[in-house]
Amino acid sequence: MSNSDDLITTSNGLGYTTSSANHPEQLVKPPTNISADEDTIEIKIEFGGGLHLIFSSQPSHKINIPKNIINEDGSKQPVNMKYLVKWMKNNLLSEREEMFCDGDGVRPGILVLINDADWELEGELEYELRDRDEIVFISTLHGG
Amino acid sequence: MPPTPCSLCHTARALVKRPKTGQQVCKDCFFEVFETEVHNTITEGKGIFERGEKVAIGASGGKDSTVLAHVLSVLNKRHDYGLDLFLLSIDEGITGYRDDSLETVKQNQVEYGLPLKILSYNELYGWTMDKIVEQVGRRNNCTFCGVFRRQALDRGAAQLGVDHIVTGHNADDIAETVLMNIMRGDIARLGRCTAVTTQSEDTIKRSKPFKYAYEKEIVMYAYFKKLTYFSTECIYSPDAYRGHARVFLKDLEAIRPSAIVDIIHSGESFQLEQSVQKGMKAMQTCLRCGYISSNDLCKACALLEGLEAGLDRSALRQKQDSTSAAPTGHRTIPMFERYSNIGVTQPTEGIEKAIQAIEIR
Repeated sequence: MSNSDDLITTSNGLGYTTSSANHPEQLVKPPTNISADEDTIEIKIEFGGGLHLIFSSQPSHKINIPKNIINEDGSKQPVNMKYLVKWMKNNLLSEREEMFCDGDGVRPGILVLINDADWELEGELEYELRDRDEIVFISTLHGG
Repeated sequence: MPPTPCSLCHTARALVKRPKTGQQVCKDCFFEVFETEVHNTITEGKGIFERGEKVAIGASGGKDSTVLAHVLSVLNKRHDYGLDLFLLSIDEGITGYRDDSLETVKQNQVEYGLPLKILSYNELYGWTMDKIVEQVGRRNNCTFCGVFRRQALDRGAAQLGVDHIVTGHNADDIAETVLMNIMRGDIARLGRCTAVTTQSEDTIKRSKPFKYAYEKEIVMYAYFKKLTYFSTECIYSPDAYRGHARVFLKDLEAIRPSAIVDIIHSGESFQLEQSVQKGMKAMQTCLRCGYISSNDLCKACALLEGLEAGLDRSALRQKQDSTSAAPTGHRTIPMFERYSNIGVTQPTEGIEKAIQAIEIR
């Protein structure tokens, strides 16, 4: 039913134009490691709703993070969203931490999509990341 | 986690968890329920539109008004409302803020094939927000902008000869406004802020078709439909008071998503006692510009007089009971007249402009 209403657009639906963004895509080097395996996975991160402004004005990032993380008790587990959010806070965020983070998670009012699905359906912070996952963060806190 | 099937069609994979109901729905079912709910808001009771009505969509280029322009175009066709739709944008004259979003509106004009009218503060008041901020400073300039925008929308609509203005205010915005009006004890506004449609004599009807649409769903809709919108934050002082209400509301929503509709429901349930209603000021028209006002002078004329007199922030305290004539040499706002049909750019003209805009990039 809705297919017939679709319009032709070159937009990404994320609320920014390329002219307002710094570099369309930048490869960020993995950090020198913190108690993790050699193995890494590649994650694509995109920002919408003006959120890229606190990430060096780059709406799109490809990053490498460890495949597994070592817990405090020495046990190993696959890397999850909680780790990614912390990693982003330490490695990608360029300013105003409080605009992105809230405790271990993201601030209420920021929507998260994991491979185009609402992260509320995917286990939120507990979601275990896989190689080439695409994560989108969209801020709804700006005016419309 | 294994993929969850859609709770409506039971076949496709659920991609959205609806905040209002907790339902898990697939992309196509999401579009359908979202559009249907807006259609229900529009048609409930006597309905907000009349057939053949000329309707201006207050378009800022942001997510809400862009999704509104899209959904209204779709519903107008699908359900044959018979509406004549226009886009109406206000250019506050804020360098580096409105420029990009006005480009977005021009692109929307092309995408939806709707005529666009842009009215600027500079045209109407002889002042841009840049100039106002230069004179009054960064504190309190939102008051000027808010008063001027409201009147500019009405005047733009009058110039288009439209009967009705629709805005993209969503459920979150309305719940915020309810909270703000309770906190500052604004009884008069509390009474009307939850109405889908407001109209008083001599004003153009205003409606909020997204009254029950959650911000989360509007953003998801724009994302899945890949709509062209522009997110930005005003470079001048943000509306701090609303900001607090907004953060508080988002925290509530995180605990209990239905909090937003619940607050709207509370706002709707408030009823003023007759004796209180009688004590409120009656509306009249501004002696200087003819715009609706509860005083001899409307707020915009009073603010403008202060600006013209070269006042700083004290322009905010300009009296509204002065004489009808402006001091000599002051610029004033043109008389407010409805149905003075002038100056609409046609869609084709818009396409040319939009193409030029794209090529510049």
